[in-house]
Amino acid sequence: MNAFTIKDLCLWYGSMQALKSISMNIEANSITSLIGPSGCGKSTFLKTLNRMNDLVEGVQITGSVLYSDKDIYAPEVDVNMLRKRIGMVFQKPTPFAMSVYDNVAYGPRTHGVKSRAELDIIVQDAMLRAAVWDELKDRLKKPALALSGGQQQRLCIARALAVDPEVLLMDEPTSALDPISTSKVEELITSLKQSFTILIVTHNMQQAVRVSDSTAFFLLGQMIEHGPAERVFSYPRDKRTEDYITGRFG
Amino acid sequence: MTRGFQKAFKAMMISSSILVGSIAVFIFAYVMIKGIGGISWSFLSASPSYLENRIGILPDILNTLYVLLTTLAIVLVIGVASAIYLSEYAESKKLARLVQGASQILSGIPSIIYGLVGMLFFCQILGFRTSLLAGSMTLVIMCLPTIMKTTQESLEAVREGYRESSFALGAGKWRTVRSVVLPCAADGIVSGCILCIGRILGESAALLFTAGLAHSVNGYLEGMSSSGATLTVALYVYAKEQGEFQAAFPIATILLVLALAVNLSASAVGKRLSRGRS
Repeated sequence: MNAFTIKDLCLWYGSMQALKSISMNIEANSITSLIGPSGCGKSTFLKTLNRMNDLVEGVQITGSVLYSDKDIYAPEVDVNMLRKRIGMVFQKPTPFAMSVYDNVAYGPRTHGVKSRAELDIIVQDAMLRAAVWDELKDRLKKPALALSGGQQQRLCIARALAVDPEVLLMDEPTSALDPISTSKVEELITSLKQSFTILIVTHNMQQAVRVSDSTAFFLLGQMIEHGPAERVFSYPRDKRTEDYITGRFG
Repeated sequence: MTRGFQKAFKAMMISSSILVGSIAVFIFAYVMIKGIGGISWSFLSASPSYLENRIGILPDILNTLYVLLTTLAIVLVIGVASAIYLSEYAESKKLARLVQGASQILSGIPSIIYGLVGMLFFCQILGFRTSLLAGSMTLVIMCLPTIMKTTQESLEAVREGYRESSFALGAGKWRTVRSVVLPCAADGIVSGCILCIGRILGESAALLFTAGLAHSVNGYLEGMSSSGATLTVALYVYAKEQGEFQAAFPIATILLVLALAVNLSASAVGKRLSRGRS
């Protein structure tokens, strides 16, 4: 089943075209990695899926992005509800300047959960799923900014999970982390696959091979090739994909 | 030649530093010595009376307090709200720049001109007459640029990632500003307030025109609607118009101590600010 159906998606920042006629399907409950050299449009593409690009001044989008068969750019779409269903984790950990607990409870509170008992359950559940509960359960009242980078990033994943999304968009979630934290986050991503559709932008080829089911290669705003990760990495069909994954440019 | 020049230059730098330091010490010590003896409980807690030949600054202390609180409350609401609007909401960057430019100009205007305009606008046109309210409103306009600038600067220093993360959780604009962005900017708002307190305590010219010179003890509402001198204005009145230096110097002492306290707390907040950012 497809989570996203993208057709002829073009995006301009002012007069600069960042995405050129991208069409692809993204399967539900799978991990799709987006690879390609810096500036190829993969992060931009990711941000079109939860309309984060709306925040950029002078952005213009044509084509269609269907999520669960509904056009997410239709005028009647409530962007906040869309972003609740399609969560996002950023490159740099961005815990808010509040306690660990309040960080995770921020999303549910935003969407109207008030009862303390209910929040406690949501927070614990999200932190368990993000594999930070055991480390942080005794530090819930501590400021989140005092945590290590790896813990902060997993806390941000917990925060994203707490609003009960269906999709997780991850924009280079491990690029600011050390190897041990990276492997913890990767394990976490793999374990989340059953319940979520995950898209992950990465510069790390090994990571793409390790965690993803399918891979899409982007170059200069175009989607060059999309297929099962193993196939793309072992038998790339396009010469440019091959050159990139074998390290001839990047 | 060059060594001689270097030596002379060094000597000049050292003596200028000593000069600056000693001027500060001299003023502080001079005012303290002349003033501290005059500060007594009866001086602080009584109102002046010609009949009993008594000088007391209770009304001036109360007036200062009323003006301080009123001005701060109004300037905080308007200043923070407009700073939030300009840095978070305003879609036209032109408007934001225009308002910023205007507030920069406002901050460079001599305070006596504020007094003059305040007198005409608040006292006459709006009919506040010479009152603490008119004085407070004039001070509001004088303090607005300061609080807007510090608030806006600290809002702009909040990491962009915070806003994005909040939006990505499905939070709306106001929720994001209120719960994520504003708390991070609190230090900047506080330091703006402290600067404003310093300005309000130290202002005299604008208040001479608008708030008046009376020394009578009033409750808050009555005080705001009638003429009254703040400590700085009282200092002027006692020293210049009545030649009562035994009243002027104690007031000066109190003002100096207050100014020192404001400066110290401003630098304490500044330190916290830079520590929080690093």
